[in-house]
Amino acid sequence: MRETDWVDRIVCAAALAWADDGEVLATGIGAVPRLAASLAMLTVNTELMMTDSEAWLVREPVPLGPRGSDEPKRETWMGFSRIFDNVWGGKRHAMVGPTQIDRHGQANISMVGPDYRKPRAQMLGVRGFPGNSINHANSFFVPNHSPKVFVAGEVDMVASAGYNAARLPRGWSFDDIDLRLIVTNLCVMDFGGPARQVRIRSLHPGVSAQQVQQATGFPLHVPHEIAETAAPTDAQLALIERLDPHGLRASALG
Amino acid sequence: MADKQMSAAQVVAQLKDGMTVGIGGWGPRRKPMALVREILRSPLKDLTIVAYGGADVGMLCAAGKVKKLVFAFVSLDFIPLEPYFRIARQNGELEVMEVDEGLFMLGLKAAGMRIPYIPTRVGIGTDVLRHNPEIKMIGSPYDERDWVAMPALPLDVALLHVDRADARGVCQVTGPDVYMDDLFARAAKKTFVTCDELVDSRFFEQGGQARYVFWERSQTAGVVHMPCGAHPSSCAPLYGFDVQHFKEYAASAKDAGGWQQYYERYIACGEQEYLQRVGGEQAVRDLALPVF
Repeated sequence: MRETDWVDRIVCAAALAWADDGEVLATGIGAVPRLAASLAMLTVNTELMMTDSEAWLVREPVPLGPRGSDEPKRETWMGFSRIFDNVWGGKRHAMVGPTQIDRHGQANISMVGPDYRKPRAQMLGVRGFPGNSINHANSFFVPNHSPKVFVAGEVDMVASAGYNAARLPRGWSFDDIDLRLIVTNLCVMDFGGPARQVRIRSLHPGVSAQQVQQATGFPLHVPHEIAETAAPTDAQLALIERLDPHGLRASALG
Repeated sequence: MADKQMSAAQVVAQLKDGMTVGIGGWGPRRKPMALVREILRSPLKDLTIVAYGGADVGMLCAAGKVKKLVFAFVSLDFIPLEPYFRIARQNGELEVMEVDEGLFMLGLKAAGMRIPYIPTRVGIGTDVLRHNPEIKMIGSPYDERDWVAMPALPLDVALLHVDRADARGVCQVTGPDVYMDDLFARAAKKTFVTCDELVDSRFFEQGGQARYVFWERSQTAGVVHMPCGAHPSSCAPLYGFDVQHFKEYAASAKDAGGWQQYYERYIACGEQEYLQRVGGEQAVRDLALPVF
C-alpha cells in the first residue's frame, strides 16, 4: 500500500461533488479540495471553470506547488473583485475546510471559544464564508473527523449559513442554501437525511458507521445499506500524480 | 499643476488620534508597509483600522495603535494565522467589526457612492449579523424578503502602495490584482499612496500603460516616493513577499519581548536603515513572486 492510497481515494470521492454542476467555478481550498476540483474538471465535469489560485481563470487545472516551465493556461482575468461578481451570481461550488461544523451544516473558521470578544483561539476571520453560503453550492473537507470539528451544539461563530430555520430572515428558506458533500478521513456524508439531517453516504474501507457516529458530536442519519467509498481507478491515479507532482497531498490528512 | 509629493512623515502628520484609516492590499500583498511603519513610530492612537489584513494589522495591534478593527480576515497566507492579531484578539483588546470579504467591499463601495448602504444577501443566516447589530436587515420594496443592508464604510484616510505614480497622483498597479484599492481610494476623504517608482506624467501616454490606472488622480491627495515601500509584503510584478522576513516577524511573537525587539531592529531605525537591514533594494527586488 502506498502512502497516498488513502488520500487518493478521498480525492476521488470529493471530485464527485462537482459532477452535476455544469459550467460553474470550482474552488477547492487546501490540497485535497483543490486536487478534487482539478480531477473533476479533467474527468466528471469538463465544463468546470477554475482559477490559478491567484488572479486568472485557467483552461486546465494548475498542478500544486512549484512549477517548471509550464505556464498556467489563462482564460480570463479573475481578480478578487471579480470572484465576488461570480459568487453573487451563484455560479460556483466551493469546497472548504472549516474548523467546526454543526448539525445544521453551519461552519466556522473565525474563532473558537465561548466569548466572541475574547476568543480562546483566534483563527482567520469569516473570510468569504458568509457570502459563499448564501450564494452558491458548498461542500466541506475535514481531514480529522472528530467531535472537536463536528460539534454538539452550534459552531462558536456561524461564518457560513446552514439549514437552521431559526436564523433565516423573512422570505428565506432552506432552498436558498445549497450544502452538498462533507468528505472526511473516515467517510463521505451529505444532507440527505430527514429534514436535511447529515447522512452517511459512504464509508472508507475498514471504517464502521458506529465509529463515524462516535467521532461526530451530533446524531447522524445512518441508512441500512452504506456503500464503501470507491477506490480510485488507474486513470484517476495517473491524473492525480500529474496534478500533484511534488506529492503535497501525502501530508494532507495530518 | 498640483504637486502632491510629500514624505511619509508628512502623511502621518495629517492623521489624528481616533481616525478611521483604510489600508489597501490583501493579506501579505501590496501593503503600504512604509506608511504603517511611520505610524508605528508616531504617537498616534485609538485608530479604527479597515483592512483585508496582513502584517499591517498585526504590527498596529502589537504596537497598541488599534481601538477598533473592521476586517474579514487577518492572515499572511503561507502563515495562516497572524500572530500579533491573534494575541490582541485573545487578550480581548480589540473592538471588532468582522464581516464577509464581499460585505467589506460593498461597504467601501457604498461610501464611495455616498449612499448609506447596499442591499445584499451576504450575511444572512450567520453570526456576522448577531455580532454586528449595526448591520440592519431591510424589507425590500420589490419583493417579500428581508435583505442585509450593508452600511457604508467611510474612511477618513486610505493608505495604499502602488507600482508607479506621478506627482499629480496618477497611480498605476500592474500586478495581477488591484485588490480593493480603487474602492479604498473612493471611500476615503483623503488617500495617500506610496509608490515604488515616481514617473513623469508622460509615462502613462505610452502603449497600454494607462489601462493599469484604476482611479482618477482626484482620489489621490498625496504621493510618497518609497522604493520597496510594500516590503515585507509583495508588489507584483516588482517583487514577491519576503518569506524569511515574515517568518522572523511571526517567530518574534513567541517571546514576551519579541515585539519590542522587532520594533527596535526594524522600525525604530527609520526607513533608510530598514531597507539596509532587510538586505537593500536589490535584494528586495530579487524576492521571488509567490506560486500557489
